Amino acid sequence: MSAMSNSNWSRRSIFRAAAGMAAAGTLAACGGNNGRGGGSGSGTNLVQYFHAYGEAGTEQAIKRYAKAYSKADVTTNWITGSNFEAKLFSSLLTKQAPDVFEFHPQLQLVKSGQVADLSDIIDPVKDDFNPADIKSHTVDGKVYGIRMIDDPQFFYYRKSMLEKAKVEVPTTLDELLEAAAKLTTSKVKGAYLGNDFTAVQNPIIWSAGADTLDANNQIAYHTDGVVEGLKKLRQLFTSGHVLLDAPTDFWDPSSLNQGLCAIQWGGMWSMPAMQKALGDDLGVFPFPSIGGSGKQSVYNGGWSMFVNAKSENLEAAKAYVKWLWIDQKKYQEDWALSYGFHIPPRSSIAAEATKLKSGLPAEGVKLFTDYGHFDNIGFDQTMLTAFGDVIANSVRKNGNPEAALDACDKKVSVELKKLFG
Amino acid sequence: MSTTTTRGVAQPASAKASQARPRRGLRSNATLNFWLFTGPFLIGLVIFVFVPIGWSIWLSFFDARYTVTPSHFIGFDNYKQILTNSNFPESLLTFTVFAAFIVPTTWALSLGLALLVNQLRFMRAFFRSVFFLPTAVSYVAAALIWKMSIFSGVRFGLMNTVLGWFGVDNIAYLANPSPPWYWLVIVSLRLWIQAGFYMILFLAALQNIPAELYEAAAIDGAKRGWQTFRYITLPQLRATSTAVILLLLIAAYQAFDEFFNIIGTKATWAQTPLMELYKTALGTSQDYGAGSAGAVILSLLICIVTLAQGKIMGFGRGEEVK
Repeated sequence: MSAMSNSNWSRRSIFRAAAGMAAAGTLAACGGNNGRGGGSGSGTNLVQYFHAYGEAGTEQAIKRYAKAYSKADVTTNWITGSNFEAKLFSSLLTKQAPDVFEFHPQLQLVKSGQVADLSDIIDPVKDDFNPADIKSHTVDGKVYGIRMIDDPQFFYYRKSMLEKAKVEVPTTLDELLEAAAKLTTSKVKGAYLGNDFTAVQNPIIWSAGADTLDANNQIAYHTDGVVEGLKKLRQLFTSGHVLLDAPTDFWDPSSLNQGLCAIQWGGMWSMPAMQKALGDDLGVFPFPSIGGSGKQSVYNGGWSMFVNAKSENLEAAKAYVKWLWIDQKKYQEDWALSYGFHIPPRSSIAAEATKLKSGLPAEGVKLFTDYGHFDNIGFDQTMLTAFGDVIANSVRKNGNPEAALDACDKKVSVELKKLFG
Repeated sequence: MSTTTTRGVAQPASAKASQARPRRGLRSNATLNFWLFTGPFLIGLVIFVFVPIGWSIWLSFFDARYTVTPSHFIGFDNYKQILTNSNFPESLLTFTVFAAFIVPTTWALSLGLALLVNQLRFMRAFFRSVFFLPTAVSYVAAALIWKMSIFSGVRFGLMNTVLGWFGVDNIAYLANPSPPWYWLVIVSLRLWIQAGFYMILFLAALQNIPAELYEAAAIDGAKRGWQTFRYITLPQLRATSTAVILLLLIAAYQAFDEFFNIIGTKATWAQTPLMELYKTALGTSQDYGAGSAGAVILSLLICIVTLAQGKIMGFGRGEEVK
């Protein structure tokens, strides 16, 4: 009996222990895998979110910089895949939100109180930053993000292929259509503008002489020039002279490097990889002008650091951002120039960037200076998506551009009302 | 249990009590065991399913941009917005058409495979495994293989290589919506990954049909083949068919992974309802109110379609004849 009793007691114990472990496991699972470190260092833990850069060594570099910071333990969440935005936005609503994250200047982040005012840390060095970068991060006189890198986007082309086909570098969209036709062979397509053409959605607006929003934050993209540009792009899309469904998108240099196309839209970050593969057989030109009042354009993209305004470690996060992206010039230079080329947003670093002083990089910098357009903080993600639908419906799907722009206007107007009243 | 038996033998007077005790103990243990094993799952169900559903319904009546704890009540404005000023209604229409195609196709293919495998005398286990294995592949992995290897638009994509042998130019299956080759990519993937699972369900049901029914039919002069399939096999599979169609319908409306990875969110076609809600709530707008309103509408639609299908096909009434 006693043995039986013991056995029962033992079984109950096992059940209890198992239930306890299950409950503990469930609770642990609820709070686990948040990316935060164990707190072995100074006691303050910070989490930063980065999207996965394509250039080799970037992840290690960011983690190396973070490790060198002594006043907090900084954990990096390096988010792979194409849903960085979704992961960032959803996490910002939770207690697992990052303290520091990279993104693009967006008014809705400011209006909703998701990003902290960084004016106090950037004001002392404000004059050293590209004024356009400062402007694109400023709302009501306050600066809400620190630009890490400027990434101009333009066309790359194979000089030898254009010479062989007796094609001049296109300066208008009509010339680009002609060039693509002449450059297309049985194995090579004339041009590549990305698989869905959305990479060039802003350049179409600017090259047609329009803008996303005007100075009063009203719709400025709905012009005859933009309509003409959309129709021309439709012609290009259906011509059979553009590369479609490539294994990698515009941000990757593979399509040009592997000889799948003669002209490719891309970013300055791809330049070192392209030069390594193609040597001097490489040139760059801006997005061609559209219509009589158009002008060639370059989209100056890039990434900026923001601090989560609701972070429990707000001051520590700001201190880290100041340390890395304002004080540590050697890391900023390393980040901009060692893993693909980017233009340092700080004039003092850009002035000493010898890698950008000559040859093709210098040409890229000149395009950035002469034709560059920066993000408008008021033209937010919802508006960008709405204009992306215009590209999908009128360029890829053969819809009426006017009707597509009207539909876009409706969505953008609702958004403008929400943002500006 | 053995202790009770021994007691009963040794002390007959207390046999009644000792008979009752183990039953009470058993019931008590059964109840305890029930809660022990189902409790954690029920707690999980409440926390991760019922609370979010309730929260979602609540959010759908508030202006919940950039927040999931809003305070501004706006009534049915989110419903109005998602139904009039978004791509959500179009996605519902597209996926009703998609469901109308993929459900009967998958049903027919999986039933056909089950019939074939059931007929086999040799290597049945092998073929059963071959057809079932794709079920174990994740939709994401399969989508990437379909997109980047088989249906890539460049000359070294598998399909374009094969077509090239016959002098056909490269086809951009996914970037260009006209002609809509993207449906070929998606439907072939979905059939490949799904059919094996439903084949197993049909196979189990087929093996449950009593052989006597076929023997009796043969004695009555029924011809083997279509006649026995039409009048014996198919009616016997009614309950399984109803369940399969129900699952397929729900899966069609809940499609996300392969569409997200094959078509992407930059298109305005072949956007599943869940993708539209994902874009509205999580992707770009962070409009949790409108996204929740869409989720409520989608849930109601799935419920209605499911109930209608159950009503038409008699779900719950159509027990297979044993």
